[in-house]
Amino acid sequence: MARIIVITSGKGGVGKTTTAAAFAMGLAQRGHKTAVVDFDVGLRNLDLIMGCERRVVFDFVNVINGEANLNQALIRDKRCDQLFVLPASQTRDKDALTKDGVGQVIDELSKTFDYVVCDSPAGIEHGAMMAMYYADDAIVVTNPEVSSVRDSDRMLGILSSKSRRAEANEAPIEEFLLLTRYVPERVARGEMLSVDDVQEILSLKLIGVIPESQAVLNASNAGNPVILDKHSQAGMAYSDTVDRYLGQERPHRFLTIEKKGLLSRWFKG
Amino acid sequence: MGLLDYFRGQRSKGSAELAKERLQILVAHDRAERSRPLYLPKLQREILEVIRKYVAVDMDAISVNYEQDEDREVLEVNVVLPDAVDQRS
Repeated sequence: MARIIVITSGKGGVGKTTTAAAFAMGLAQRGHKTAVVDFDVGLRNLDLIMGCERRVVFDFVNVINGEANLNQALIRDKRCDQLFVLPASQTRDKDALTKDGVGQVIDELSKTFDYVVCDSPAGIEHGAMMAMYYADDAIVVTNPEVSSVRDSDRMLGILSSKSRRAEANEAPIEEFLLLTRYVPERVARGEMLSVDDVQEILSLKLIGVIPESQAVLNASNAGNPVILDKHSQAGMAYSDTVDRYLGQERPHRFLTIEKKGLLSRWFKG
Repeated sequence: MGLLDYFRGQRSKGSAELAKERLQILVAHDRAERSRPLYLPKLQREILEVIRKYVAVDMDAISVNYEQDEDREVLEVNVVLPDAVDQRS
């Protein structure tokens, strides 16, 4: 049985797809057979972030409609053979993802995979509801910014009432907070909500803090999940996040301002 | 950042603090709203209908509140009755 993880947020542009790509790659690199599924029907982007956009033949909706089988639609990653991508469809029909159809695909993935990472679209419309419905765990991606924090809280309410687990009266979805685009300098100046502030407001288990990093744009430009950039702070922070998810103790890094040496301050400005 | 700004920055309230205060109020409010039972608006409407059979009250003369503590739930129904003169015979 696979563990189903949804990457969600409510608000758009906070880093869900970046996180889904990095997280899935991290799990796969650690030897777990992982599928990452794009639920953003009509606005598919996970394939671009994963760098497999030219290899898409069949998609999620094709599988649900029986036009292709799952193995035809899954794209094996070229960098890590434990990782597979199931791309979203570019159809404009929003209701293409039926509850039963999604359930059947998740069930089938569950048979052969260890983890299924569901990349949710923004908002609380049908696609987002389908992405979280079958989840066992939820990673709530949040920016240290008022509208993102509020939307995350709203999403927590939905996770606890509208999921399969909630409807079946099973143990609730386990929820984790992932704070992204964190800028320690601005936090120190009192211009940005701190990790502690956000955690206090949402009272969620913190699974990671990803610092704002140029590496993220560089990685998406090239179609490489940022976790592969092992020298970047964002890459390292995602790596720690995956380890923590798998139960290892990792201290949170990059939360405070780096002290620049006198020399580098003189020469780099 | 100059030395003066440094000391000033320490003393004055940053915008993050404002954000936190606003969010705490908002999130508490949102959560209270969420924990309310879904039947509340219908309950309010039906209670009002019953009361209006006997007393001429306004639509907004009734309020139904739901509060939840750690170990108890309180359903509060508040009806503002009009002056005796308005009562139906």
